[in-house]
Amino acid sequence: MSEPLLRLEGVETDIGRYHILHGVDLTVPTGAVTMLLGRNGVGKTTTLRSIMGHWPTKAGRIVLDWQDIAAWPTPDRARAGIGYVPENMGIFTDLTVEENMVLAAASGPLDPARLETIFEAFPPLRTFWRNEAGNLSGGQKQMLSIARAMAERRRLYLIDEPTKGLAPAIVATMASALKRLKADGATILMVEQNFAVAKALGDHAAVMDDGRVAWTGSMAELAGDADLQQRLMGLSMEVP
Amino acid sequence: MSAAPDHTPTMAALGLAEKLGRAMPLLLVPLLILIGIPAVGNTSSWLTLTVSGLAMGMMIFIMASGLTLVFGLMDVINFGHGAFISVGAFVGISTLAALGSWSGAPSLVLNLAAVLAAAIAAMAVTGALGWGFERVIVKPVYGAHLKQILVTVGGLIVIEQLIAVIWGPEEIFLTRPESLKGAITFAGAALEKYRLLAVGVGLVLFVAMRLVFRRTKIGLIVRAGVENGEMVEALGYRLRRVFIGTFIAGSALAGLGGVMWGLYEEVITAGMGEEMMILVFIVVIIGGLGSVEGAFIGALLVGLLQNYVAYVEPKAALVSNIGLMTAILMWRPQGMMPVVKAK
Repeated sequence: MSEPLLRLEGVETDIGRYHILHGVDLTVPTGAVTMLLGRNGVGKTTTLRSIMGHWPTKAGRIVLDWQDIAAWPTPDRARAGIGYVPENMGIFTDLTVEENMVLAAASGPLDPARLETIFEAFPPLRTFWRNEAGNLSGGQKQMLSIARAMAERRRLYLIDEPTKGLAPAIVATMASALKRLKADGATILMVEQNFAVAKALGDHAAVMDDGRVAWTGSMAELAGDADLQQRLMGLSMEVP
Repeated sequence: MSAAPDHTPTMAALGLAEKLGRAMPLLLVPLLILIGIPAVGNTSSWLTLTVSGLAMGMMIFIMASGLTLVFGLMDVINFGHGAFISVGAFVGISTLAALGSWSGAPSLVLNLAAVLAAAIAAMAVTGALGWGFERVIVKPVYGAHLKQILVTVGGLIVIEQLIAVIWGPEEIFLTRPESLKGAITFAGAALEKYRLLAVGVGLVLFVAMRLVFRRTKIGLIVRAGVENGEMVEALGYRLRRVFIGTFIAGSALAGLGGVMWGLYEEVITAGMGEEMMILVFIVVIIGGLGSVEGAFIGALLVGLLQNYVAYVEPKAALVSNIGLMTAILMWRPQGMMPVVKAK
């Protein structure tokens, strides 16, 4: 295994009065896709939001390339090279698709070659380039959300449920775009409930339970062990 | 090539009703002006009232634009905004008085230079005051609406009292610069020169703001920040700095609005800002919180309606704006062009 790009050590996060993360230990290796799995409400999204700085952490370290970023403000973490696709997609609906993308390239103008790659992966974004993002369909909004994360070269992508609530055809588009991103050597930490997608994309897996990481290993190992899945995630479905 | 079936999306064209619904706020201003013709019943009076209403609307818009953005960006309710209107008026009018030889000279250029100097002085002082106000008074109460109301009202009272200390407790009467006195006659209607100037300044400012919001990155950040500040930060922008900049600009605009209003009324008092805040809040609410376009339309509606109603049925003038607000909120509870979504 190569050097980890991101390491969480004993991260604890409270939301209001609720203690959500009880000491998360997690390693995200460079140039690989790490799947963050688990039942609903075990703290997957909170983990991503804590890494991004949207929830302040109470204890623990978040180490990005040897730097502890746990106390950094969100914009500094983004500037350190983290691209974030939130669970609710975070689209600016009053702005056009173009304006959303221009904002996503925070360090300068959009790179045309990079944009071309994005258009190839998500053709509707070219079609609706000058339309208000609020008029896009759910799938198109998700495309835009991922495209925004891809607008600049990032060191780490945090992607929260990119296939949630999407039609199967769009899920396939999403998966192939993410595969391409992976083939480019991107480091990705992704929350995904669709086990087929997780299996197809993931190199490593970390399964959370009750605010902690309960199991880590390779995605292949998890995918090949139905008992383990049942025990960790209560998955009963047959994986095709 | 992905295994996905071909996905060739199109965007359905909007139906006529939907198009009309979207454009409706924009149509309200011309509609109200048209309704004004039969309601007033006399073309020359109607023209005078329309220009007067537009002038008043533009000035209210200048005062309201900053407030709506401050609310939209950081969810801050700033009752102290009225203080910047008063301070702007006093600083501006003092500057104008100091430049008495310019404003008294029978030269349009010198007169306008005096007004410009007054406006710049007012904006500089209120901008700086806004910066201090944000740091000392607003910053400690982010996210706490009740505290914001209490503490900004407190700030308003303190600043009003300071005006009384510096300029004295009495109202100050003033006269406009020579070339801005009187009216021109157009189609039988007397149009006050100063009101025409106010309409022009308001329009230029509105167009300039629109350009900033549509064409510059900082404008995009503000618009996006009003909608989803968290995501703007996740893209690497320091929203707090943008907010402070907006607060300063909004305070400076309130100051400019104060000078303009002072010249319009030809009298200034320490409490004038507080009085204006009622109209400013109505405009911000009916426009839709966080929307500059909405505030613009709302301000014109308020200005026009107040003038028409005061002419047709003077007793009803006091309630006309509350009535307008009620009607618009029954039609669109979030205001005409809401930007701030439920957070």
